[in-house]
Amino acid sequence: MNRYPLWKYLTVLVALIVGFLYTLPNFFGEAPAVQVSSAKSTTKIEPAMLDQVQNVLEQAAIPTTGSNFERNGPVGTVRFRFSTPDEQLKARDVIETALNPDPADPTYTVALNLLPASPEWLSAIGANPMYLGLDLRGGVHFLLQVDMQGALTARYDSVATDLRASFREERIAASNVERDAMSVVAVFQDEQARNRGMAILRSQYPDMSLVEGESQGARSGLPQVTGTLSDAAIATVQNNALKQNITTLHNRINELGVAEPIIQQQGADRIVVQLPGVQDVAKAKEILGRTATLEIRLVDDSPTATAALAAGSVPFGLERYEDTDGRPMLLRRQVILTGENLQDAQAGRDSQTQQPAVHLTLDSKGARIFRDVTRNNIDKRMAILLFEKGKGEVVTAPVIRSEIPGGQVQISGSMTAVDAADISLLLRAGSLAAPMTIIEERTIGPSLGAENISMGFNATLWGFVAVALFMIVYYRLFGLFSAIGLTVNVFLLLSLLSMLQATLTLPGIAAIALTIGMAIDANVLINERIREELRKGESPQNAIQIGFERAWGTILDSNLTTLIVGIALLIFGTGPVRGFAVVHCLGILTSMFTAVVIVRAMVNLSHGGRKKLQGLSIGTVWKPKD
Amino acid sequence: MEFFRISRTIPFMRHRMALNLISLVFFLAAVILIVVRGFNLSIEFTGGTVIELAYPETAPLVEIRGELETLGYTDFQVQNFGTSRDVLIRLPIAEGQSSADQSQVLMAALTASAPDVTLQRVEFVGPQIGRELVENGLLALLFVIIGIVIYLAIRFEWKFAIAGVVANLHDVVIILGFFALFQWEFSLAVLAGVLAVLGYSVNESVVIMDRIRENFRRLRNVEVSEVIDGAITQTISRTIITHGSTQMMVLAMLIFGGPTLHYFSLALTIGIWFGIYSSIFVAASIALWLGVKREDLVKPVKKDDEAEEVYSEN
Repeated sequence: MNRYPLWKYLTVLVALIVGFLYTLPNFFGEAPAVQVSSAKSTTKIEPAMLDQVQNVLEQAAIPTTGSNFERNGPVGTVRFRFSTPDEQLKARDVIETALNPDPADPTYTVALNLLPASPEWLSAIGANPMYLGLDLRGGVHFLLQVDMQGALTARYDSVATDLRASFREERIAASNVERDAMSVVAVFQDEQARNRGMAILRSQYPDMSLVEGESQGARSGLPQVTGTLSDAAIATVQNNALKQNITTLHNRINELGVAEPIIQQQGADRIVVQLPGVQDVAKAKEILGRTATLEIRLVDDSPTATAALAAGSVPFGLERYEDTDGRPMLLRRQVILTGENLQDAQAGRDSQTQQPAVHLTLDSKGARIFRDVTRNNIDKRMAILLFEKGKGEVVTAPVIRSEIPGGQVQISGSMTAVDAADISLLLRAGSLAAPMTIIEERTIGPSLGAENISMGFNATLWGFVAVALFMIVYYRLFGLFSAIGLTVNVFLLLSLLSMLQATLTLPGIAAIALTIGMAIDANVLINERIREELRKGESPQNAIQIGFERAWGTILDSNLTTLIVGIALLIFGTGPVRGFAVVHCLGILTSMFTAVVIVRAMVNLSHGGRKKLQGLSIGTVWKPKD
Repeated sequence: MEFFRISRTIPFMRHRMALNLISLVFFLAAVILIVVRGFNLSIEFTGGTVIELAYPETAPLVEIRGELETLGYTDFQVQNFGTSRDVLIRLPIAEGQSSADQSQVLMAALTASAPDVTLQRVEFVGPQIGRELVENGLLALLFVIIGIVIYLAIRFEWKFAIAGVVANLHDVVIILGFFALFQWEFSLAVLAGVLAVLGYSVNESVVIMDRIRENFRRLRNVEVSEVIDGAITQTISRTIITHGSTQMMVLAMLIFGGPTLHYFSLALTIGIWFGIYSSIFVAASIALWLGVKREDLVKPVKKDDEAEEVYSEN
């Protein structure tokens, strides 16, 4: 009766092998490495880069222990492993000089990194070590400065755009509405128009202070209104900009799969980003540095503008930008839409021509503005401008073919599928409310990390030894089975975490320790139950059978309730709590499996075949004297 | 070896009136402590100051930590930042002191021992994050309570569900009471620990409820309180051994885990002991107060239950 069919033994065997193999990489540690990635959104790294760097290293006679090419979405990275940190540093310098002839304008980012030192065959079957959190291994720390002036100008620009639309709807004779430095200036045809305009301004922007005056310059003498945002409104704009940027950073970093990042406001206009496990600044910069602001403006292709462009001058109200191929064009200063109004950008194909295309989704305000602009500007060009590190570049400047209502926009034309993917990625990243610059970057040293690892490891080890010893002393052979089960449990848990490429933090280690402490519960339930059945006078074989069977229901109930807690922590937890929760949930599953299936397999294997089993080595079974 | 040589059922429910009163007193005391004294929240919840220092040589981390301790800080972190000469110190916000004041006091103390140290940066961690953390913590608590009530109500019966959750909250509130009483630092890790106790404590109650149900099935015409006493007596050895093992683990964390895990393990220790107490004396007796009956748990015989019933006739 206590026998498993062959397939169950095989399942156990497979679980043991998988558990062992996938835990293995965690014991190999890390090797120093150098990583090369692109510093510009327009430069891409292809596998050919491997040979190029290899040549550079061969010429400098620096030996490598391995290299790889990794593609994360459209972003390629090349990494080289070295046996000593010394060689790593030398290689970094050599590669840097070879790839970036002009240090002031680097095309590639060359950075130090750490790579798992586990053998190739383990990586080949997808067995990689767990990530260690910032608290265990250090990581990259960034301080980002949010350009609040940028947020304010963007706000004034959008106010100006809104006002123009409102005035047009209300048929107010306004000859010009423009942002002028840090204010909005509206020039009206006459006094009456100005009064009506003022009414609109007061109702739409109650927090704006308005000053009446006379227009200067080209429209000299006309009545005008200058509006500036109050301090409270400015504070709100800045606060919102910061919040939106933090949210965007979150999305952006999540999209790139960095586990448990810390993104926090610091002071009034700075954002701290900590990326645990990312030892190298290049990848992190890649993630953050490319966050850009997005603007949609009209292109002025009129003969006068074209002439001015050819002559190298920029007429009033226009600005000169270049596209990615360096072709100049003149754009109106008016911003139609900003990244704020862009909800999504996806690469795809035109449903009719099957040409590669980028599909944009605008929010309702953006859709309304876009409809009006496209209706009035058919056959003109519209430029999508991306501001990276304070410099604007035209990503694409398609011709408006028809009025576009509904906020679903498709850009297609002379682009490849790769271009479409690149553009959509850049556009998605562009929904920052204000531009940001990295003003400080550091790599957090591993001193505290090493300390934490050893503390966490010791705590787990000694706790484990104590529990295992107790089980063996108290339950004898069955205790030994439990202790072995516990070991297998730890292996399975570690292998699952490695397979998921989870980030291990100190709270995570605590959760592993707790899992061991609680996993023993299932074993205790089973062993106590077997003893109880023996006490009642059941035969040893029956006692095993009934003991496992009866205990199962209880184990299931108690573990499922614990799992509910784990899931709650997973949903609502942030940072360290989530790290704890992941381990906690997985630990519940592995401990149920080991206690019920693996320990049972051991018991069946050793006891199942013995027909004349006299007793069980499960410690003293004390019987009350009746 | 056998620790528990119990020859007859222990009448746990006999003194439940007195014990429940004690529980109530503990519970109320904890609530009052929490309200009156509040928590000593860590910088994750309150915001705090980050100070970066540069030393000309390798920074004496141990001495800096000692210096901070003499200044009266408890939940601070001192770690290398970039190079071994740079030090990052995280401090909680001190009452009535701006982050600039804090850094001045600290610098005065540190320059006394190392005159060449330079202050690189003082930054302030905004408290917004804290509000979010508190919100999420409360949401998690709510989710857990609702989830457990639903699960227990389906698997057992609503009276047990209520009893289990009340016992649970009793544990959680008492842990929080300890943190309020001793003003131990309440960090995110502690929050995780407290919520984990929620799980372990309900786990405990479930094991006893399972046994109660089984005994109801097997024994007819027996007083409800006797059935409960029997169930607790039968599971008491498992209760003590399991929690003893968990406590061993937690003790190892308390001893070897360092400052980060210190309060986490303390929270768990309190949770474990009160978890045992509450599942024996609180959960079961509340179920009894709510009038749990045999009929609540043993459904009329269905085809599926046949095997069970055959056994129960023994």
